[in-house]
Amino acid sequence: MKKRVSFLFSLMLVLSLFLSACGGFQKKEESAGDKGKDGDKTADVPQELRINIKTEPFSLNPGLANDSVSGSVLNQTFEGLTRIKDGKPELAMAESYEVSKDLKTYTFKLRDAKWTNGDPVTAKDFEYAWKWALDPKNQAQYAYQLYYIKNAQAFNEGKAKAEDVGVKAIDDKTLQVTLESPTPYFLELTAFYTYYPVNSKMAQQNPKWYTNAGDQYTSNGPFKMVSWEHNNKIVLEKNENYWDANSVKLEKIEMVMVNDTNTELSMFNNGELDWAGMPTGQLPPDSLPKLKEEGKLNVQPIAGVYWYKFNTEKPPLNNVNIRKALAYAINRKAIVENVAKGGEIPAMAAVPPTMFPENEKGYFKDNDVEKAKEYLKKGLEELGLKDVKDLPPITLSFNTDDKHAKIAQAIQDMWKKNLGIEVKLENAEWAVYIDKLHSGDFQIGRMGWLGDFNDPINFLELYRDKKGGNNNTNWENPEYKQLLIDSQKETDSEKRKEMLKEAETILMDEMPIAPIFFYTNTWVQKDNLKDVEMSGLGDVQFKWAYFE
Amino acid sequence: MLRYISKRLLYMLLSLFLIVTATFFLMRAAPGGPFTSEKQIPPEIEKNLNEFYGLDLPWYHQYFNYLVSIAKWDFGPSFKYKGQTVNDLIEEGFPVSFFLGMEALLLAVSIGVLLGIIAALNHNKWQDYGAMVFAVLGISVPSFIMASILQYFLAIKLGWFPVARWESLQHTVLPALALAATLTAFIARLTRSSMLEVLGNDYIRTAKAKGLSRGQITVKHAIRNALLPVVTYLGPLSAQVLTGSFVIEKIFGIPGLGSHFVTSITNRDYTTIMGVTVFYSILLLLAVLLVDIAYGFIDPRIKLAGGKKGE
Repeated sequence: MKKRVSFLFSLMLVLSLFLSACGGFQKKEESAGDKGKDGDKTADVPQELRINIKTEPFSLNPGLANDSVSGSVLNQTFEGLTRIKDGKPELAMAESYEVSKDLKTYTFKLRDAKWTNGDPVTAKDFEYAWKWALDPKNQAQYAYQLYYIKNAQAFNEGKAKAEDVGVKAIDDKTLQVTLESPTPYFLELTAFYTYYPVNSKMAQQNPKWYTNAGDQYTSNGPFKMVSWEHNNKIVLEKNENYWDANSVKLEKIEMVMVNDTNTELSMFNNGELDWAGMPTGQLPPDSLPKLKEEGKLNVQPIAGVYWYKFNTEKPPLNNVNIRKALAYAINRKAIVENVAKGGEIPAMAAVPPTMFPENEKGYFKDNDVEKAKEYLKKGLEELGLKDVKDLPPITLSFNTDDKHAKIAQAIQDMWKKNLGIEVKLENAEWAVYIDKLHSGDFQIGRMGWLGDFNDPINFLELYRDKKGGNNNTNWENPEYKQLLIDSQKETDSEKRKEMLKEAETILMDEMPIAPIFFYTNTWVQKDNLKDVEMSGLGDVQFKWAYFE
Repeated sequence: MLRYISKRLLYMLLSLFLIVTATFFLMRAAPGGPFTSEKQIPPEIEKNLNEFYGLDLPWYHQYFNYLVSIAKWDFGPSFKYKGQTVNDLIEEGFPVSFFLGMEALLLAVSIGVLLGIIAALNHNKWQDYGAMVFAVLGISVPSFIMASILQYFLAIKLGWFPVARWESLQHTVLPALALAATLTAFIARLTRSSMLEVLGNDYIRTAKAKGLSRGQITVKHAIRNALLPVVTYLGPLSAQVLTGSFVIEKIFGIPGLGSHFVTSITNRDYTTIMGVTVFYSILLLLAVLLVDIAYGFIDPRIKLAGGKKGE
C-alpha cells in the first residue's frame, strides 16, 4: 500500500513538473501568437517579411553596437543624417548641409522628424549620442568610428573634455560638426550606425533604455521594434511617425535567430522564411552549386576581400620576391570556382571592385606561374640559397573552418606544384588564431576584411602603420603612408582617387598581402519580394522593400 | 538520513569549489580574450573595457571576485550581449531547455522502458531483435543527423511540423524526438539487460512456483528491481538533458541554455562560461544526490548511512 502511494506521489510530481513547464510555455506562446500568420492570407499580399539574423545582436544601442547582426537591425529602426541608396549617400535626417572651405566643418539642417514616441528629433539628440559613444565610461568598442570628429579621440582616451568634441547643436534643427582633418567620405560615415542619433530625453531618463523593446526603446527609422525575445526573435513594425512613412510598404519584419545554415535553407524551402542567406544569414556552402543550377541563387559582389597576410619580418617572407612568387603562383580562378563556389571574384588587387571597378582585372595576372618562377629565382638568389629545396617549409595558418581549410589545401598544393615550396598547414580556434596574428606569431595567415564605409581608404589604411592594429604584416612604407595622409586633404575627388590608386600600386608591388578573392553576398529570396536595397558594403535596408 | 544528506552537501560544495577553480584557470589559460576580434579595437578602448570588467586586476584578485560573485549567485554582465547579465541568460534559457528536456525524458523513459521490457520478456524472439535493432540505430545515429532526417521527412516532405524555432507546442515535437532518440535507445538496452538478469533470479522462480501469473510477476517483482540501473543512469542524464543540448538547440534554433555552453567559450565570454558551468555543476551534483537517495526507496537493501566504518 505504502509503495503504491509513493508511486502515485512521484507520478504526480513528474506530471506537475511537466504541466508547470507547460504553463510557462503557454504564456510565451500567447505573446507571440498574435502574429496571425494564417489569418492574413485573406488580404491581398501580406506585407510581412521573415528573415534570419542568426544570433542575438550584441546591442541595439547604436552607440554600443559593433557587429553586423546589430547593424542589420539598427539599419531598419534608426536613421542617420544620411542614408545609402544605390551606393551613394542621400540626405535622410538632414534636410541640407553646408561644408566649409577647408572641408573641416559641416553644418547640417535637420528635417522635421519624430521619434517613435512622438518626441521631435533634434540636433541635441545627435550631439548626445555621439558624445555618449565617445565617453570612455560607456565602453563603446566602436567609438573609434567617430575619431574623424575633432577631439573625439582625445575625449575617448580621457585627454579632453566632452565640451571639446567637435559636435554642437546650434539650435534644435542645426548641427555643427567640426572634423579633425578633411574627410572626403564623411557623408558616407554619417549613414553608419555609430553616427545614428539617440533620443536623449529617453536615454537620460533611463540609462538602460536599449536592453529591451517597449516604451523606453525609441527609434527614428522606417521601422520600430515591437518585441525582442532575447536569443529568439525580434519583431519590427512600420513606424507611422517616420518622416518618409509613405515610402515604407512593409508592415512587419520578423527577425528570427537560427544559427544553422542548413536549417535556415530548410526553413526557406518550407516557406517559414522569405529570405535565406546573406547578408543577415548564410547558406550552407554545399548548397550553392545546386541553387545556382536551379537559377535560384542571387550573387552580389560586396566590399570585402579574402587575403593571405605575409609576416614581412619572418624569413623568407621578408624578401619581396618570395612574397611575389607566392602571390603570383595562386590560381584564384580555380579556387573561386572549385572551392569557394559562391561566385566570388578573383582578387589581384586590395580594394574591391565595388569601390574601384577596374580592380576586377587587378594589378597582375592570375595564376602567372612563369613570372612567379622568375621572382622565386631572384628571391632565392637574394637569400643566398641555391635551390628551392634549401628553403625551410613555410607555415600557413588559418582559423579552424572547413572552407578555410580547403582553400589552404588548394593553395598548399599550388605552391608545391608551381614553385616546389613546402608548406605546412596549421589551424587554430578563432580567438587563439586572432591572438597569434595580432601578436605576429605566424608566417602566412588568412584574414578577411569587410569595409565599414564605402571608401577605398578602408582597405588601404590597414597597412599605413606598422603597428596599426590591423596591419599584422609588420610592413610599412613611407611613400605609401604619405600618399594616404595626403589623400585625406585632397579636395578634388579625381585627384584623390589617383593618389589612392598610386598607393595601391605600391602595396601590390611590395606584396605584404596576397589577395585571394573578393567576397560576394549569396542568398535566395521569395520571387515577389522587391526593392530590397543592398549596398556595396553588403548591408541590407528594407525601407523600400515590398511584396508584389 | 539527515546526517548523510548534510555530509553529501558538504562534499558537493567541495566539488563545486574544485570545478570553479579548474574552470577559472583553464579559461584564463586559453589565448585570446572577450575583446579579441578581427578588427582590433584601439588599445585605449581595450584598456577601458578591461577596467570596467575588472580584467586588469591581478589574477588572484579576479579569482576571489569570481568566488564572491558565485557565492552571491550574481554572475555579472555578459561580455557578448551588452545589457544582459549572465543570470538573465540562465533565467531565459533554462526554462526552454528544461521544457524540451522534460519532454524528451518522458518520451525516452516511457518508450525505452517499454521496449526494454518487451525485448526481455520475448528474449531471442522477433520482438527482442526488433527492439534492439531500433536501439542500435538510436545509439549509432548522431543526434544532428537524426535531427536533419526528422526535419526532412516530417517537416519538409510531410509538412506535419515546422522545420525549426520555438513558438508553439508543435514546434517542440521534432527537437524532443531528436533529443530522445539516443536516450530511448540507451534506456531500452539498459532495461533489457537488467530485466533479463532479474528474470533469471531465484525469487522470480519462487514467484512462478507460487503460481503467480506472468503479468503479476513482471509488474510486481521484476520491473521494480530491473529499473535500478535505469534510475542510476537517469540522474546525471537528466542534469545533462534538462540544461539543453548544443547541437539540437542550434539545429532547431531554440533559445535554450545549451548553446551558451559552447558559444560562450568561443566568444571567451568569461562570465557566461563561469555562470553556466556553475549552474550545470549544481544541477548535476544535485541529480546524483537525488539518485542516491532514491535508491533507498526503490531497493531497501541499500542503506544510505553505509560509509560509517572509517569513523
